[in-house]
Amino acid sequence: MMAASVQLNDVTLKFKKFEALKDVSLTLEAGKIHGLIGRNGAGKTSLLSLIAAFREPTSGGIFVDGSPVFENPEKMEQVAFVYDKDYKEETEKAKKLIALASHYRPHFDMDYAEQLIKRFKLPVNKPVNKLSKGMQSAMNVVMGLASRAPLTIFDEAYLGMDAPAREIFYKEILKDQEEHPRTFILSTHLVSEMDYLFDHVVIIDQGQLVLNEPYETLEARGASVTGAASDVEAFTADMKHLNEQQLGGTKSVMVYGELDESKRREAQTLGLEIGPVSLQDLFIYLTEEAN
Amino acid sequence: MVNPSDSTKPLFLQIRELIEDQIVNDQLKEGDQAPSTNQLVNFYKINHATVSKGITQLVDEGILFKKRGIGMFVAEGAKKTLVQQRKKAFVDNYVTGLVQEAEKLGITEQEIIELIKSTKGRDA
Repeated sequence: MMAASVQLNDVTLKFKKFEALKDVSLTLEAGKIHGLIGRNGAGKTSLLSLIAAFREPTSGGIFVDGSPVFENPEKMEQVAFVYDKDYKEETEKAKKLIALASHYRPHFDMDYAEQLIKRFKLPVNKPVNKLSKGMQSAMNVVMGLASRAPLTIFDEAYLGMDAPAREIFYKEILKDQEEHPRTFILSTHLVSEMDYLFDHVVIIDQGQLVLNEPYETLEARGASVTGAASDVEAFTADMKHLNEQQLGGTKSVMVYGELDESKRREAQTLGLEIGPVSLQDLFIYLTEEAN
Repeated sequence: MVNPSDSTKPLFLQIRELIEDQIVNDQLKEGDQAPSTNQLVNFYKINHATVSKGITQLVDEGILFKKRGIGMFVAEGAKKTLVQQRKKAFVDNYVTGLVQEAEKLGITEQEIIELIKSTKGRDA
């Protein structure tokens, strides 16, 4: 399988006195789609540019398939990092840039690139600096997907794309992942739109890891409890509240942590309604609290 | 219909009910291939893990079975099992509530039966 694992050991990144990342330790399994979620300035791009070896951490180690990634050309070839690049000065045509990318990406699939160009209706004969923001992003995505790099990183790669184009992007990730498994890292704050893509979710806030777990266990990470205000308060008294809302005598509390079977039965006998908490809600409240 | 904004019912249950419905109303017959996890993910934009959870339950209960490398199929006797399960649930989900509400409103048994008959007649 052409997919690479990633490991970070106590990674810290400082810009003068500012700590962009603080002691981040993380393992990303090969062949999975990882969602990296964080607010603006949380450290998403810092983290990804370290994994892509665009810069060196202040301390700590970063490994792709077990080998240090920094100044390691063999590993860097395996990593495609797609980010919001500045194309103001880029007068070459999109076609030329894509052809160029195919030369330094050993797994690049030109036929697939052509298909994607058609799907995104990318005007390949226009100079890149004359393309709209959304089309520049589409071009980046074409290069990123067609590279078929064992580790493919999309750092908010959808910027400026309209909803139909984003939908094509998401569908192509799922489709191509099925046929050519690799490791994806997708950073985003469009959580509700993208959460169905993720096998694993990492949330960072202020340079620190807030949550790191498989999507399937996330569902059990929280719950909403709704019912008569006094019952809800008593039931959730010793739980961690993420958020609460009240309308007349009805109260709804979002709690963090697992509700086991006996708790659920207790809720049922009290006539309380237990609902799931979305990743979007978890993200909002987990990162709001820290601020 | 799967509805991610229906916050009261977990999505994996909605997924399994969707497939159950198709079996019960003969859209999916015994031996037919069920939609794959990937198709469901793409269609409903629901996470792979969630879809798998719903499907796995149906496999564990013998409603669906896996053919390695080919896909998921409707098991023999699946419809019968589901209909039995649902008849049991019918009492909890519909009859109990109906009887309780009727009592509150002072509707007699005879009236209930009349109401059921006239509703059925209207639909037919």
